[in-house]
Amino acid sequence: MLASGLTLIFSMMGVLNFAHASFYMIGAYFAYQISQWIGFWPALFVAPLLVGVLGALVERYGLRRVHKWGHVPELLFTFGLSYIIVELVQIVWGRAAVPYQVPEELSGTLFTVFSTNFPAYRGFMMLVAVFMLVAIWLMLTRTRIGLVIQASLTHPETVEALGHNVPRVFMLTFGGGTALAGLAGVIGGNAYVTEPSMAALVGAIIFVVTVVGGMGSLAGAFVASLLIGLMQTFAIGIDWSPVSFLEGLGMPMSSDAFLYPIMSLKLSQVSPVLPYVLLVLVLIFRPRGLMGTREG
Amino acid sequence: MSKKFAFAAFSVAFAAAAAAPAAWAQSGTVKVAWIDPLSGMMAPVGQNQLRSWQAVTEIANREKWAGDVKFEMVPFDGKLSPQESLTVLKSIIDQGIRYITQGNGSSVAIALADAVEKHNARNPGKEIVFLNYAAVDPILTNQKCSFWHFRLDINADMKMEALTTYMAKRPEIKKVYLINQDYSFGHAVEKAAEEYLKVKRPDIQIVGKDRHPLAQVRDFAPYVAKIKAAGADTIITGNWGADMALLIKAAKDAGLDAKFYTYYAGTTGVPTQMGAAGEDRVRVVSYWNTNDAGERADKIVMDFKKKHNDDYYTMATYTGIKMLAEGMKKAKSTDPVKVAFAMEGLKFQSLNGEVEMRASDHQLQQQVVITSWQKVDGKTVRHDVENTGYGWKTEAKLDAYVASQPTSCNMKRPKG
Repeated sequence: MLASGLTLIFSMMGVLNFAHASFYMIGAYFAYQISQWIGFWPALFVAPLLVGVLGALVERYGLRRVHKWGHVPELLFTFGLSYIIVELVQIVWGRAAVPYQVPEELSGTLFTVFSTNFPAYRGFMMLVAVFMLVAIWLMLTRTRIGLVIQASLTHPETVEALGHNVPRVFMLTFGGGTALAGLAGVIGGNAYVTEPSMAALVGAIIFVVTVVGGMGSLAGAFVASLLIGLMQTFAIGIDWSPVSFLEGLGMPMSSDAFLYPIMSLKLSQVSPVLPYVLLVLVLIFRPRGLMGTREG
Repeated sequence: MSKKFAFAAFSVAFAAAAAAPAAWAQSGTVKVAWIDPLSGMMAPVGQNQLRSWQAVTEIANREKWAGDVKFEMVPFDGKLSPQESLTVLKSIIDQGIRYITQGNGSSVAIALADAVEKHNARNPGKEIVFLNYAAVDPILTNQKCSFWHFRLDINADMKMEALTTYMAKRPEIKKVYLINQDYSFGHAVEKAAEEYLKVKRPDIQIVGKDRHPLAQVRDFAPYVAKIKAAGADTIITGNWGADMALLIKAAKDAGLDAKFYTYYAGTTGVPTQMGAAGEDRVRVVSYWNTNDAGERADKIVMDFKKKHNDDYYTMATYTGIKMLAEGMKKAKSTDPVKVAFAMEGLKFQSLNGEVEMRASDHQLQQQVVITSWQKVDGKTVRHDVENTGYGWKTEAKLDAYVASQPTSCNMKRPKG
């Protein structure tokens, strides 16, 4: 979901947004604050909207100015922005986690598979994510705005000549991308923990998803996020290690042998680093990602 | 070297020498540097414990535990990282603070103990004393014991000794699952659980073991699914902070009905996640129970709740300041070396009765309590934890000597 926002921004504008995860965090904090005042349901709509407005402002008054100097200043600008956002969040909400909880209506069980309960909130998260993806896809391919956005990227002069305000289209696209990040924050913040390092924790993984899926490919981001999620989950369930493999071959390894500490690591223990292994492999064997297009 | 420079150097040295005795006079303020996470996933726990130290410091200053000596806590954010904590230690040394305290993360404690040992060897006259209030890896009072390190909590082996003694009497336990954080402390818990269970209840089957990265996992659902698939009826875990809260949350979401035998289900955030789902299913091994510690403890717990809307659970903070105060009175000095010698073998009253700082390994000997999560009933469970309507009920209490463990510590003491 986060990755789809990032992909949208990247593919639409060619801007790699380092501050993207920070907008995710802001979304979670806004949602927490708003749900304290008027409840979770309004927050679900208001918080992403606010984040989107914030993103649009950032594009209008920040990015647009550095844009004329090229890609590197843009990159550095978003990088710096991510630091500022973390500090601001710490000033406003403090360094500790805030008690942002899943609403009562959604905290029950949806259904039971093989005696394992499926939490209702997880279902809700999936629903929102799917709904969002379908909405973006429809908007980009089936509506006039979508056509204008797509056209502005490849042929900005022509679109401008047809009477469309291209800078405004860019601003709206960036705002839309950050709003998606905000929405992800709203539903992710209470499922996990809302605290100032949450941006850093998801930041790395969304880049993995984007790169593995292919830069600029929405479908790719979707497939990659599924792939990585499944891979991590199943890896936790597998207690396989090189040592046990050698034992299976009839070559037991003693615990004082060379490299034993590394060889005895179980797959379930290393599951958190698997996405990065995948990232490296993809970059080596298929640099454009699973579903990306080759750069022309 | 010019004459002028030599004179300047001499006068600085002289001034320092002249000023030194004044600093060890028995009044004034003793600063204690607190190094623990104030940011990141474990920040809520750190914040609570910092407040606990400050609350106890206030009491000590008000009641003049150490005569005219006042205590002051100076917080530093160690970010739960050994490297960050060592950087912070440098600035503490630069500021001339001579007492440090830390507790979250045995990995951090081991790094700090090591750094303090080296610093003290190289800088006689500027020694630092390390009060460890919660890092319970047994190695710190065994192979890696240090004269400058004092542990106020009970170590992982002592806790497991008590926990398994209690579990041995419960025939309904048949299949145990071990899930722990993948670092020194988690490994210590896992090892102790396996060893003690083998001796006390050889019939218990360990159906699975898992180690997960410390303060990294957001979603414990796959781990819980694995525990469920293994058919465990009991889970032993040393998880603390967010790792414990999220594990309980995932277990609750998945409808896992195994019992939890834990070290830290009382830490900030966990009780809220447990709520009613944890009733009679979660047991904690600790050195005290707020509901069973007398009027003085009641007052401290209630004052703390009123002031911070938070729970006072790290009682080692009380023990720590008390021990420092008693040590200073006995040594008639605030000099860390003299106080360290005075604290060895010291017996004093803490909130959980009489405790003794064992001289051989600097491991505090104290009672061990096993509590369970029950509804507040006003009698055995009086203190409502995190406004959940639930609290801790004492299940078993073991005297210090029962949980006491032999030590392999071979301590090098400075010439005092």
